Amino acid sequence: MGDDILSYNGGVALAMKGKECIAIACDKRYGVQNRTIATNFTKIFQYSDHCFVSFCGLATDVQTVSERLKFRTNLYELREQRKLKPNVLYNMLTNLLYERRFGPYFVFALVVGLDPKTGETFIYDSDNIGAVSDNVNLATVGTASEYIFGLGELFFKPNMNADELFEATSQALLNGVDRDSASGWGAVVYVIEKDKITVRELKGRQD
Amino acid sequence: MSERYGFSLTTFSPSGKLVQIEYALNAVNAGSPAVGIKASNGVVLATEKKSKSLLHDDRTIHKVESICKNMGLVYSGMGPDYRLLVQKARKLAQEYMLVYEQNVPPTQLVKRVADVMQEYTQSGGVRPFGVSLLICGYDYDEDRPFLYQCDPSGSYFPWKATAIGRNFVNGKTFLEKRYSDQLALEDAVHTAILTLKESFEGQMTEDNIEIGICDKEGFRRLTPAEVKDYLAQIG
Repeated sequence: MGDDILSYNGGVALAMKGKECIAIACDKRYGVQNRTIATNFTKIFQYSDHCFVSFCGLATDVQTVSERLKFRTNLYELREQRKLKPNVLYNMLTNLLYERRFGPYFVFALVVGLDPKTGETFIYDSDNIGAVSDNVNLATVGTASEYIFGLGELFFKPNMNADELFEATSQALLNGVDRDSASGWGAVVYVIEKDKITVRELKGRQD
Repeated sequence: MSERYGFSLTTFSPSGKLVQIEYALNAVNAGSPAVGIKASNGVVLATEKKSKSLLHDDRTIHKVESICKNMGLVYSGMGPDYRLLVQKARKLAQEYMLVYEQNVPPTQLVKRVADVMQEYTQSGGVRPFGVSLLICGYDYDEDRPFLYQCDPSGSYFPWKATAIGRNFVNGKTFLEKRYSDQLALEDAVHTAILTLKESFEGQMTEDNIEIGICDKEGFRRLTPAEVKDYLAQIG
């Protein structure tokens, strides 16, 4: 699997908070070490009306964990006859990851959500064995996470509206991935508000 | 260790009945009465707790028990079977909390407890539980109280008000007349005590009945002093 399992496939994701809105963005590269195989591999998955998760790391685990989590959330919704809340989804995910504490999945996760009634925003991140974080303003995962984190911190302002949030998120992601050979080749940005979700595909440097 | 039977002891009769469950229900109906009433803002559970002897010192044994912060239960039937179910219910509530980091909604816990009771009607070498449970809880998502009954068969029923145990038919008839959707918790406690009184032999005191209430703040058992106050109000 090469030297570093978590950078074998590459990829990155970023989440940022605004005023009653959240943005989550990821790149679209699917590569095997230094070869780029596809440019349509998005890493963001929807689990409820306003709950999204992004997984970055080994591609097979990105697929498997997202599907296994979907299995559990589907059963939850059927049993409980209600939609998932962000903090519940987060806890389910960290539980799933910790079940494999001594033979872990190689994905780091970002869980984001919005309460459509109150406008309360949630961003949590997790390592690959389910370490929980606080509800933060900004979080990143992936091979270029440190680069986009720095830019994210720079562009972040508290209480941004949806448009400002989109700009800040997009610029942080697009420029950060330019420093990482294993990330990039386009981006997808979801802006989640109380009444709508906007998805935009961005074309960045195609290298 | 113990040898396990590979076959169930609860089998169908030609008429399609599971006789063991019928017998379990007989055990329940011979047990001391319990009452549950769902008010607009909470639920009350009440039961008779008579000691068989004056020498009994049962201020520490309780029939009304809490499962978790927002749920409680009471029973009619066999005490030891009840104890086991209380332990299982508590564990199930905590397992839920561990995975979802939320208080278990009453509907979910009741399903899980009822599934346990059903297992014992089909698994090898065991008998059904000789208790019916009245489980109450507050659902914070839906912002309303719930009252459920769980039977030895594993069936569960949501109730507005119900009685189980000895004289339950009279109890339910009494409740049908007294129940209204606008009942507040305070009134529901009075009604519950009056329902118990219908089948009570002797003088009702704060030591021979137990009352639990569940509202938005959570579930709690009333202290004997509080029970005494309610009894005084009834006269």
